[in-house]
Parts: sequence; C-alpha cells; structure tokens
Amino acid sequence: MADKLHFSLVSPERELFSGDVDQVDLPGTEGDLGIFPNHSPLMAAIRTGALRVYGTEGDSVYFVQSGFADVTPDGLTVLAERAVAMSDLDKEQLKVELQAANEAIGSLEGDAALLAQQNIDGLTALIAG
Amino acid sequence: MPSLKELKNRIGSVKNTQKITRAMQMVAAAKLRKAQEAAEKSRPYSDRIGTVISNLASSMKGAGDAPPLLVGNGKDDTVLLVVATADRGLCGGFNTNIVRKAREEIVALKNAGKTVKLFLIGKKGHEQLDRLYGSDVVEFISLKEEKVITAGVAQSIGSKVTEMFEAGEFDVCKLIYSKFQNVMTQEPVAKTIIPAAAGIEVEEGEEVSGPDLQGAIYTYEPDEAGILRVLLPRNINTQIFSALLENVAGEMGSKMTAMDNATRNAGDMIDKLTLTFNRTRQAQITSELIEIISGAEAL
Repeated sequence: MADKLHFSLVSPERELFSGDVDQVDLPGTEGDLGIFPNHSPLMAAIRTGALRVYGTEGDSVYFVQSGFADVTPDGLTVLAERAVAMSDLDKEQLKVELQAANEAIGSLEGDAALLAQQNIDGLTALIAG
Repeated sequence: MPSLKELKNRIGSVKNTQKITRAMQMVAAAKLRKAQEAAEKSRPYSDRIGTVISNLASSMKGAGDAPPLLVGNGKDDTVLLVVATADRGLCGGFNTNIVRKAREEIVALKNAGKTVKLFLIGKKGHEQLDRLYGSDVVEFISLKEEKVITAGVAQSIGSKVTEMFEAGEFDVCKLIYSKFQNVMTQEPVAKTIIPAAAGIEVEEGEEVSGPDLQGAIYTYEPDEAGILRVLLPRNINTQIFSALLENVAGEMGSKMTAMDNATRNAGDMIDKLTLTFNRTRQAQITSELIEIISGAEAL
C-alpha cells in the first residue's frame, strides 16, 4: 500500500494540482478534515476556506469555495467550484464578494442560509489573515 | 464581354475578400487552439463529477427519498430543450446542424404529445428557432459579450434551469449542443441532464459500478441526501459549461474550415478572372492590330 496520498484538486476550469502528497487539510462543512494516506472512503462537502497540501517539496495553500472532497482507496479528489492558489488571491475582490454575500444572506432561509453563513465566515477569516 | 476596367475591379474586390477570409481563418485557428485547451482542462472536473454522481446514484438506488433532480419527478410531459448555438455566423453548417437536431427533437416530442419549452443560448439558434417555434421559447441568452466562457456563465444558466425545474415548469431537460470531435467533424447531440441518472446511464452505455472500495464503506459528511442536494445542481452547471466549451471549439473549427474553403474559392475565382482579363486584353490588341493593318492595306 502506498504511503503517499494521491491528491488532485480540480476546478471547473482546470486541474490545479495532481500528485502524491503526505497530507491534505481541507475545510469541510461539518468541520476541518485532515486526510492522510490510506484514509477510509469518504465523501464530504467543503466550505469556503484554505486547503493546505503537505507535499514532498514543501507545503502549498489553496483557496477553495464550495465543492466536494472524495476519498477513495485511489486517493483524494477535491472538486472545488472555485479554486485559486493562495498567492494568486486578490483580497480586494474577496472583500467585494464578502459584501455581496452579506447583502444576499438576508433573503435566504434554511440550508442555503447556513451555506451562505459558512461562506461569509470563510471569507472573513481569509481577509483577516 | 465585360470591359477591361470592369474585370480589373472585380479581380480587386475578390482579392480583398480573399484577404478577409484568410484573416478570419487565421483568427479562428488561433481561437480554436485556445478553445480546445479550455475544453481539455475542464474535462477532469466533469469526468470526476460524473463518477461521483454515479457512485452516489448506485448507493441511493431504491431509496424512496432520492432527489427529483437525480431520478426525475415521475413525469415526462413537459420537456425543456436547452439549445446552445454560436452567436456569430460565417462558420459553415455549424449552427444549422444544431438547429436541425433541435428541430428533429421538437418534432419527435410534439408527435409524442409532449409539451416543448425552449431555452436558447446563442443568437444564431434563436434567430432560426424563434421564427418556427416562437411561442415555445421561454428563455434566450446571448453570450456575445463574454470573451471567454467562464464557469460563472454556465453557473448562472444552470441555476436558472434548476430554478425552473424546482418551480415545476418542466419534467425533463435535454441539452442540445455540438460535440467537438475534430476540426472537420462536429456532431450535434442531445443529452438528458435532468433527471441526472438517465444522462449518466445513457452516456456510459452500461450499468455504472462504484470504485473498488476494498470492502470499506463510504462515509458521507453531511449525509448522502445533503451532498446530492448540492452536487446535482452543480452537475447541471458542469454539463452546461462543458457543452459551451465544446461548442466554442466546434464553432471555431467549423469557421476555420469554412474560411479555408472560402479562401480557396476566392483563389480559383481570381485565376479564372485573370484568364478572362488576359484573353480580353489580347483580343483587344489583336483587333487593334487588324484595324491598323487593314487600314495600311487600304492605302
């Protein structure tokens, strides 16, 4: 059995990362998840936040916004609605999005409101630090 | 017989046309490469999302509370056809082929007694279908302003479709677009996207089995239903997105071929006109000479 985790991060536009890594930390809707090699099969929804990859050539951090993590014996696949390398992230744009999200949340109820709140929390945390 | 001046003007104008078509061909070739790249880059995502859904679908099979987006709402009386065409012409039979496919679908559905609603993307398809089935068109979007098709564009279209489904405006949704095979061939296809289960089974052609979990059981976080609720609308967005990307690639491929033909035709025309021009010129010279000679002989 491999002692490395095969990880790929894909957004609708392209594949951002594909390779073997030691560990991936990702923000799940129910809480943060740390995925190691040989993790049991898991399907988790993810929320807005930072996804950290612990690779052989150092760590890398990506910004992800809503999507799914799928763990199979073959590895981990993250399908993110939006994924950007943290270094390419434009904070000013995030602020604009945060404001829009804050305005929109008033009209939402139930699940949608919960997801929107998670989105707002994630954006706020990222802008702050 | 046209005069020399007229012929000269015609040759000039055909030459100009040829310059334009050649430029258009080159632009299309450059855009085609970009479009193909974009379509290829988006493939991993849509492949994966397909696998994930088929996994979930196979584990949800038989469950009574499966979401309508996956298994349908039990009816198929009203069909929404999402027809994606280009916004520009001059690309050979590209738009016409998609419209023809759409018309075949419409006729078949109407003959089966179903209600058809049309959701049109792209100006060219709208022009043709609006004339024939104007009363069935419920929505029309032009992507002319979008320089690049982003996931956001597809998302806004997808959420409109999902909203309409949830409001009970239709029962089945089919997406009609042109599948990009290579530069020469684009095949118009109709793909069922709602219910999602039907689309997956048709596409794979066989029963989909999940990945080999080596005896382990999938953990879902939140539960399966919760994940499906978010995943299914996203699947629709993804399907639309990849259809749009394939369409752009197809449009550019088709345009490239059409413009290549046009350039070649213009070349043929120039050759023919030049030949006529030279013949006329020679005939003129000959007749002038005859006039001079016969004039000299008369003296």
